[in-house]
Amino acid sequence: MALEVNGKVIETDEEGYLANINDWTPEVADAMAKADGVELTDNHWEVINFLREYYDEYQIAPAVRVLTKAIGKKLGKEKGNSKYLYELFPYGPAKQACKYAGLPKPTGCV
Amino acid sequence: MAMLHTVNKSPFERTALQSCLGHALEGASVLLFEDGVYAAMQGTAVSAQVSEALGKVRFYVLGPDLRARGLREDRVIDGIQVVDYDGFVDLVTSHDNVQAWL
Amino acid sequence: MSEIKKFMYVNRKAPYGTIYALESLEVVLIGAAFDQDVSLAFLDDGVYQLTKDQDTSGIGMKNFSPTYAALGDYDVTKIYVEKESLEERGLSLDDLQHLTYEDEDDDWAEKDSIRLVSREELARIMDEQDVLLSF
Repeated sequence: MALEVNGKVIETDEEGYLANINDWTPEVADAMAKADGVELTDNHWEVINFLREYYDEYQIAPAVRVLTKAIGKKLGKEKGNSKYLYELFPYGPAKQACKYAGLPKPTGCV
Repeated sequence: MAMLHTVNKSPFERTALQSCLGHALEGASVLLFEDGVYAAMQGTAVSAQVSEALGKVRFYVLGPDLRARGLREDRVIDGIQVVDYDGFVDLVTSHDNVQAWL
Repeated sequence: MSEIKKFMYVNRKAPYGTIYALESLEVVLIGAAFDQDVSLAFLDDGVYQLTKDQDTSGIGMKNFSPTYAALGDYDVTKIYVEKESLEERGLSLDDLQHLTYEDEDDDWAEKDSIRLVSREELARIMDEQDVLLSF
């Protein structure tokens, strides 16, 4: 599969995750979200940016449980819960947000 | 004529280094790469044996494999030369034959 | 919730030369979801997995060593390193990454995850486990 962003063709796997993590730009995230019918807000970006920083430091996409706890610590309790995260990313916070962040699918996520 | 021996297994897990040193004749070269690079480090259970063999054979170790494993060049046994992939190729072409102790 | 068991992952292989180290790490991360009493043991060439300053840019493989630092987030907080295995390889704790976790029951105080144990101590700790997973 592929995605077209600003006239550039970007390769993805069959589930829409980037084939090459280095292809990511914020425009790529917007294009992926648009294809899902989602408009990215600042609240989405907080999570996406958090995931990118986490990946940069640890070389993995965190499991949803780990993500929820870490978001709570960083952005406050009202955001560190699954209800808030599932409202932002109804297809599953780890899965959908990781996709927009250009990361591989989280380890252990089905 | 001179032979190049390569060892890519950890000396603590396999006998490849032992076999290599048992068969390397005077004037031969030994290249340590992949998990074989652990044998190049100072202060290990095999470093005395490697140092002793340095009187008979030349030792080389592949730098990219050292760096991948977090091993510092300044802790490589004195007398072992660090080479890169080009150096690996040069060693292969400058020797008559290669024995890989897999 | 079913009864909690003691799971130990026994790591004995160097990284990069074989796939064992990476496979073990992935199983640990997946298994962490099951709320068991998990510990990791590093002995023999397994101690090489934890060396600091790994840089794989020259060998075209992914450097997975930063992921060990995420184990605390996954509530994996008991990492046993065998002293004799380090010594036989000319290594000390200073050559390994400094791994920590935040203790939820102690106001999130940062604590060391790595516990240096002797071969004999490790043998006894292994003996107390319900399940050993060998890599």
